Amino acid sequence: MGHHSNWPEWVYVGVVIALMVWVGSEAWNAERLVEHIPADAEVIKVTGQQWFWTFEHEDGTKEIGELHVKVGHAYKFEITSKDVIHSFNIHDYVVLLDAVPGRINTVWFAPKEVGEHAIQCREYCGLIHYNMRGTLFIEEDKSS
Amino acid sequence: MVLELQKPRPIWQIMFSTHHTDVGLLYLITSLSFLFLGGALALAIRAELFYPGTQIIADSMTFNRIFTVHGTTLIFLFILPFASAVGNYFVPIMVRYKDMAYPKLNAIAFWMIPPAGALIWLGFADFTWYATPPYSIISAPGPAADMWIFGLKILGISSVLGAINFIVTILKCKHPDMSIGQVPLLAWSFLTSSLIILVAIPTFAAALLMLLTDRLGVSGFFNPAMGGDPIAYAHLFWFTFHPEVYVLVIPAIGMMYEIIPRFSRKPIYSHSSGIFAFVLLSMVSFSSWAHHMYATGMSFTEKTVFMIGTLAAVPASAMHVFNFIATMWNGRIKFATPMMWAVGGIALFFSAGAGGVVNAAMPLDFQTHDSYWVVGHFHLFVMGTIAFGSIGFLYYMFPYVTGRMYNEKMGQAHFIMSFIGAVLVFFTQHLLGLYGMPRRVYDYPPIPEWITMNQIASVGAMIIGVSMFIFLINMIYSSAKGKLADTDDPFGLGGKYYYPFEAKNPHH
Repeated sequence: MGHHSNWPEWVYVGVVIALMVWVGSEAWNAERLVEHIPADAEVIKVTGQQWFWTFEHEDGTKEIGELHVKVGHAYKFEITSKDVIHSFNIHDYVVLLDAVPGRINTVWFAPKEVGEHAIQCREYCGLIHYNMRGTLFIEEDKSS
Repeated sequence: MVLELQKPRPIWQIMFSTHHTDVGLLYLITSLSFLFLGGALALAIRAELFYPGTQIIADSMTFNRIFTVHGTTLIFLFILPFASAVGNYFVPIMVRYKDMAYPKLNAIAFWMIPPAGALIWLGFADFTWYATPPYSIISAPGPAADMWIFGLKILGISSVLGAINFIVTILKCKHPDMSIGQVPLLAWSFLTSSLIILVAIPTFAAALLMLLTDRLGVSGFFNPAMGGDPIAYAHLFWFTFHPEVYVLVIPAIGMMYEIIPRFSRKPIYSHSSGIFAFVLLSMVSFSSWAHHMYATGMSFTEKTVFMIGTLAAVPASAMHVFNFIATMWNGRIKFATPMMWAVGGIALFFSAGAGGVVNAAMPLDFQTHDSYWVVGHFHLFVMGTIAFGSIGFLYYMFPYVTGRMYNEKMGQAHFIMSFIGAVLVFFTQHLLGLYGMPRRVYDYPPIPEWITMNQIASVGAMIIGVSMFIFLINMIYSSAKGKLADTDDPFGLGGKYYYPFEAKNPHH
């Protein structure tokens, strides 16, 4: 209150707004790049159900709880669920998207190094949610 | 309101009273009871997560029920009723009216809370405070879920009745000599948060009914097996509950606006920018709900819109922080217990807001979403900001309510331990999230980093638990046997910085 001038507050608000504009535009730009799915990405159908993951490759082979992929390829996950909402997550590769019954959500990734990574469910789905885990095996591409 | 507890009165006289301070007292005692109940559940959760494997909770279902009731209790049965308690005590006095505008409605709104609390606690549902369909429709067991739904329904009605009462009291019953711009910021915080409630709550009220009929099998709004869409529920839910975050935080900021200038012995830096920031926050609170839903498969455009809507709330929140710091600047600050809580709350509010900017930025959200980061983030708001502001205010109003002083040393010990505990728990949970630990898990694989950080968090929680025990003893002992307070200036600040509480309200 009172009659003092309030310019410091407006300068400060201006700085905050500028910061937010910067954060927002950087985020917008990064997300635009991340969401651009390469045309040659192989499709892997991911199905969540209480309380395990099923993976179906383009050639029709199915895996449960384990996913084998090759270095140097791009993969597009088509994610859905058979019962309740799950969330498909490979944290090491920042792959995260909900598995929603009745919908197909897509996200992609391209493994860079041979290795094993955890697959987990990040959306509460009941009794064994805590152990709805799987393993991603990234292997060398022997065909090339 | 002063000294009303000093005349011995039979308890039923308080229970059946419609006087604003009596209803405020009922709100206060109810909310604090649920604080301790919900807090005990938090300690159980942290004890279970201290180490991989089963510690003290026998099975996953019990664990899931515990975190569901923990969240529901502390949001709806502690934070909201606590704000109503403060509003009941202070809003009529601040606008210089004899009572709330509708005293009977006020008492009714309070008396809806105990039965709702009983429904939630007796049911002990397991579907998280978010009650996600289709899990809540096809998988959540038995009457527990229905009892939760009815409990929330009742609480929603109670909130709306309370909100109407605050709005009418402030706008229509304020003293004719007082312009709306002169209404103190604490009362302004109730005006804006009540307006949010009126706009936001009906949406969730409708969603709850749809959820109930879905559970009964007579409809399929959110059930994909019957052609419904669970994401529709998420929109309806967050349309209510993102603004609800501001309903929770705005009164806490209002309480800080009451504490900070008194204990800095300076007038507030800018009353008008405080009002402006409240109004702005209440409006932008409706522009950001779907930032909770980036990972449900939203389009790039949708995500961008809600990111902008979310970042728009930052300048308004930052204005409050500026106002607090500018008020303290060059002040003769007295770090009595209420001031410690308020300043600690502002520091954690700033941290929570910074984390919120990270969540809002789309690509970063995919690292943090549904991980322990989120748990740490919103606890910095609900515990670090809102509970800190509220507890600080409880110490501040204690002499006026009881006529006695709390024990200052115990109050400061309570703050110091809670602050250290909060930093240990919630900052560590942010890191846990970055290491990939999902939230709402009963058990976790023995990854060394996860174990260490869970243990730090659990120790922090136990420190908070001990501090709350000190708090409980202080409140009970001091309200009966504490030193008599000088109600003109209980904190020894020099009266002229004091808000004029001399308006004595006659009983009905």
